[in-house]
Amino acid sequence: MGHSIPQIQKKHSNFSPIRIVLYVIMIAGGVILIFPIIWMLMTALKGSESLAAYPPQLFPWPVMWRNFIDALKVLPFATFYKNSLIVTISCMIGDVLTSALVAYGFSRFKFYGRDIFFILVLSTMLLPLQVTIVPRFILFRRFGWVDNFWPIIVPAFLGGSGFYIFLLRQFFLGIPNEIADAAKIDGCGPFGIFWRLYLPLSKPALATIAIFSFMYNWNDFFVPLVFLNSKEKYTVQLGLNLFMDQYNVDWSYLMANAIMATLPCFIIFFFAQRFFIQGISMTGVKE
Amino acid sequence: MFSKAKFKENLWGYLFIMPWLIGFILLWGGPVVSSFIISLYRWSILDPPKWLGTKNYERLLTDQLFWQSLKVTGIYIIVVVPGLLFLSLFSAMLLNQKLRGVRLFRTIYYTPVVVSGVVLAVAWLWLLSPDYGFVNYFLRTVFGIEGPRWLNSSFWALPSVIVVSLWRIGTTMVIFLAGLQEIPSQLYEVADIDGAKPLAKFRYITLPMLSPVILFNVFMLIIESFQVFTPVYVMTEGGPHYSTLMYVLYLYNNAFVFLKMGYASALAWVFFMIMLVFSVILLKSSGRWVFYQGGEK
Repeated sequence: MGHSIPQIQKKHSNFSPIRIVLYVIMIAGGVILIFPIIWMLMTALKGSESLAAYPPQLFPWPVMWRNFIDALKVLPFATFYKNSLIVTISCMIGDVLTSALVAYGFSRFKFYGRDIFFILVLSTMLLPLQVTIVPRFILFRRFGWVDNFWPIIVPAFLGGSGFYIFLLRQFFLGIPNEIADAAKIDGCGPFGIFWRLYLPLSKPALATIAIFSFMYNWNDFFVPLVFLNSKEKYTVQLGLNLFMDQYNVDWSYLMANAIMATLPCFIIFFFAQRFFIQGISMTGVKE
Repeated sequence: MFSKAKFKENLWGYLFIMPWLIGFILLWGGPVVSSFIISLYRWSILDPPKWLGTKNYERLLTDQLFWQSLKVTGIYIIVVVPGLLFLSLFSAMLLNQKLRGVRLFRTIYYTPVVVSGVVLAVAWLWLLSPDYGFVNYFLRTVFGIEGPRWLNSSFWALPSVIVVSLWRIGTTMVIFLAGLQEIPSQLYEVADIDGAKPLAKFRYITLPMLSPVILFNVFMLIIESFQVFTPVYVMTEGGPHYSTLMYVLYLYNNAFVFLKMGYASALAWVFFMIMLVFSVILLKSSGRWVFYQGGEK
């Protein structure tokens, strides 16, 4: 982080005019960026009277906590949450497990064509998913998987995303070969080394992938939109969109659902921020 | 020739990358090739495909909505990419200062990215609502202006979508922050001794040292912006009067609303070619402005 080098502070650091300006800009930026989310929360807590009030009230009164319960009843949101959880957790397991397997293959073995394959891994990071969506749809339709979770979950079990493979490979390359060689002498096979050595050593990296995967799949809209047709199969994001399309939207309920749809990601983000930030930083800076 | 050890090495290597290899063939490589083949047919999926040759591509040239979607997406990219680049670099430099509470603000600046695209779009739909929305209320009371009808106006809809996208500086900002922290602080100390002004330090130290990270971010932002879909699908459905018809939305509509799989595949292939050409241009030109520590690459 570079905190170790003592800073030479020339002036009294705390109240120079420049610092005051910096504080003002930082706070103003923060207020602007967070405002849509605060406004969403405030709207979610409004009853029909304070919602219609003009001028709009920033703080709702009375506070309608029940909105969070009532909003769930308008559409089968409980089902949407269940679906989102099934899809997201399955994808998370697939992403972590198979991207680790593949990354291990790329970092430990010198097989024929490895470098070309790795370039292909990187190129899938750059290739927009939408370019491939029509053939994917046709393929999965042939399997009879339309309006089913398989088209969303199965790709996660096929190596996850190039980004995860890339990230884990970087991490695995940092594990000294001597450790693996020692295990080999002790009679550990390639899979044993992966399972008993590499995975436990890479917990932070695996946690990063798990978090990325959870956020991505929980928030994804495009792929579920393409593959899921019937309401009973909808994820939370599709449910929100459906709610909004209704004639006469109740904004308080919509915002309450939007807040609840965000909650899992918020909780994970606040508790696991460190992993998250590290993962993102690694992509752009290291090489 | 082919020793046993080498054979085993290959066997294990392929075994471990097998999931990806299958995925690549089924989900990436295969579809890129087969979408070209599909693009030569008229196909609604419900009836058998009919051979068209290059007719889908010829039709693209005269399809006004195709050009409209390219234009809309182009404007969006031209504004959003530099906008996000500037805002996120500025924020990263700000949040890299030794200020009190800076960690909390890093979290706050990041939050709009944690929120899903649908949720952010819904929040803005409400903020921008012409009569009851907060934005127009704010303009009315603070500036005494009657705000436009934002997403319902064919003039203001695209600017609104663009502004909404500028909220998501988080990812780019975090990458910049990491890049800034990699710059050796000795460089700045030497510049201080030489009496360099802050602007000069930015121009001659920060920018060149950060240029690989800038290249990476430009690349990622352009790819992401080209794929923009959720905000327009949720907020405007491409309207009013196609003023927010993004390329991917048009592709989606052709494939899954109009069931024109062949035509949508032609759109996908044009998309693919644009991305390819653009990547090559950006990488070729980067040699001129990207500075790598430790010499030429």
